[in-house]
Amino acid sequence: MIENLRFQESFNYAYIDEFTKKEIRRKTLKAVCIPGYQVPYASPEMPISRGWGTGGLHLTLSLVGPDDTVKVIDQGSDASVNACNLRLFIKEMAKCAVTFDTAAATIIQSRHRVPEEILTEKQILVLQVPQPEVLRRVERHEAKTRIMHAEADYAKIWVTLYEAYVRSGTLRNGAGHPILVNGRYVATPSPIPSWDVPNLSMARCLYLFGAGREKRIHAIPPFTRVEPLEFDDIRFKVEEFIGVHCSASGQDKAFMDQIYAEDFSRFWVINDSNFLDKVRQGPRPSQRLFTNPE
Amino acid sequence: MDEKWLLRVRNLTKIFGEVTPDVCDRTGPQFNSNICPKTGAVVACSNISFDLYPGEVLGIVGESGSGKSTLVQMLYFDSDPTSGEVNFRPIEDGSVNLFELSSQKKRYIRNHLMGMVYQNPRDGLNFRFSSGGNIAEKLLMAGVFHVGNIRIRATELLNHTEVPIKRMDESPVRFSGGMQQRVQIAKAIANNPPLLLLDEVTSGLDVSVQAKVLDLIRRLQDELGISMIVVSHDLGVIRMLTDRTIVLKHGQIVEHGLTDQILQDPQHGYTQLLVSSLL
Repeated sequence: MIENLRFQESFNYAYIDEFTKKEIRRKTLKAVCIPGYQVPYASPEMPISRGWGTGGLHLTLSLVGPDDTVKVIDQGSDASVNACNLRLFIKEMAKCAVTFDTAAATIIQSRHRVPEEILTEKQILVLQVPQPEVLRRVERHEAKTRIMHAEADYAKIWVTLYEAYVRSGTLRNGAGHPILVNGRYVATPSPIPSWDVPNLSMARCLYLFGAGREKRIHAIPPFTRVEPLEFDDIRFKVEEFIGVHCSASGQDKAFMDQIYAEDFSRFWVINDSNFLDKVRQGPRPSQRLFTNPE
Repeated sequence: MDEKWLLRVRNLTKIFGEVTPDVCDRTGPQFNSNICPKTGAVVACSNISFDLYPGEVLGIVGESGSGKSTLVQMLYFDSDPTSGEVNFRPIEDGSVNLFELSSQKKRYIRNHLMGMVYQNPRDGLNFRFSSGGNIAEKLLMAGVFHVGNIRIRATELLNHTEVPIKRMDESPVRFSGGMQQRVQIAKAIANNPPLLLLDEVTSGLDVSVQAKVLDLIRRLQDELGISMIVVSHDLGVIRMLTDRTIVLKHGQIVEHGLTDQILQDPQHGYTQLLVSSLL
């Protein structure tokens, strides 16, 4: 009887087949070469629904090796159902180590947050992106948005910022403030809060953005200039937590969640769960903070 | 006078359908059709040539389907011509054909040097933005990234076009037709372009509002000295606004001359018909 080792495993290493990994790695390299440019890629479907992190999984599974340590966070938390399931899946499929510790991870897959702790050149942050096309809100047709990117025709996205200012008095447009990457392409940072946007600029780590439904990858390589779009007189601002302290650690200067208690009173808690654990247990990890212009 | 033109159009042709070599000779007013009998191709504009001088207002008149709108759409790069040349004085002193330029350069011309007012405000305005935002779009395209300056300029323009300033941050969807048209004009002249294209601006407005919009255009022309191409099927509008007129039929120029002359003493049979049917 012929023994074929290939068929003793029910899945290929890291779930996706080697051809797809090769495709995703090639497109990731292209995305790193053209910062902010959305590179289309091809892949078979994943075992989770679109919109639940398939783009992030594609990137993580094509990058991960047995020596890697993977951390998965969802809205800043290691403990959310989605993060737990993705982490278990990656661990089973890639036989790699997993961790909650931001500093110990080599690959961090995240949704809607960049960790508070400074990431290093040994780390890759993979962000799950629901809508990679920053111009989609102002232009429905794909052919037109491609021409607009090619010609750097971004007047319409600027008008939405103008309109946001006229309506609300700030440029803040919810999460995912549009960014200009390396002075050329306007891109979405994925729906991270404004608090995290300055951390994308001149960072030591590699940022990869994967959109599984649209099958697009874009990247911010280390030490790349990233500017949030802002007017000459109306400047970009991050969220301010004035006179607020984390009820769990007593600290401030971190992105915080507002939580309602049963008696309708409100309190604040640091959103990044690993950062919260660290400030409660010992010295505060190093952090990049942005000061709002006056 | 000959060398001082602002815009020079030569043999501008637009054919929808199969382009055969002598398609232009098989269509036109003498055949009473712009549809080629052999191929069924529609010749929207056939070898249109004219010059426009600085500060001049040129009228283009003709019935529906005569190619008026196609002509201005080509001038504004909304559609590509089949053949022909357009030279524009501000670009390399008029030495290059605009249609051979890169799309970036064309966009620059559209944003900085031309303004267009469409018949339907929905074509020229984005109703999801406020009226101020619509004007801001044109200014942002020209590289003004200062909200304070944008709002000052938008206020100025809306004042000029008599749109109430307190409605600046409202969407034009809630405006009357005449007001929408005035916001569109404000947007078109936001960057002080040397050339303004007006495509049937008063169609669909009632007579008193028409008169207001026409007054506005005349005033702008007096104050700013913008050259204009006014497309209309309404001889009243042509008489009120323009210095010189071109009469189009089935894609060809059948008559051109001073507006007064054309209206008083039309030479071509079609122009005579147009003038005699004027109420």
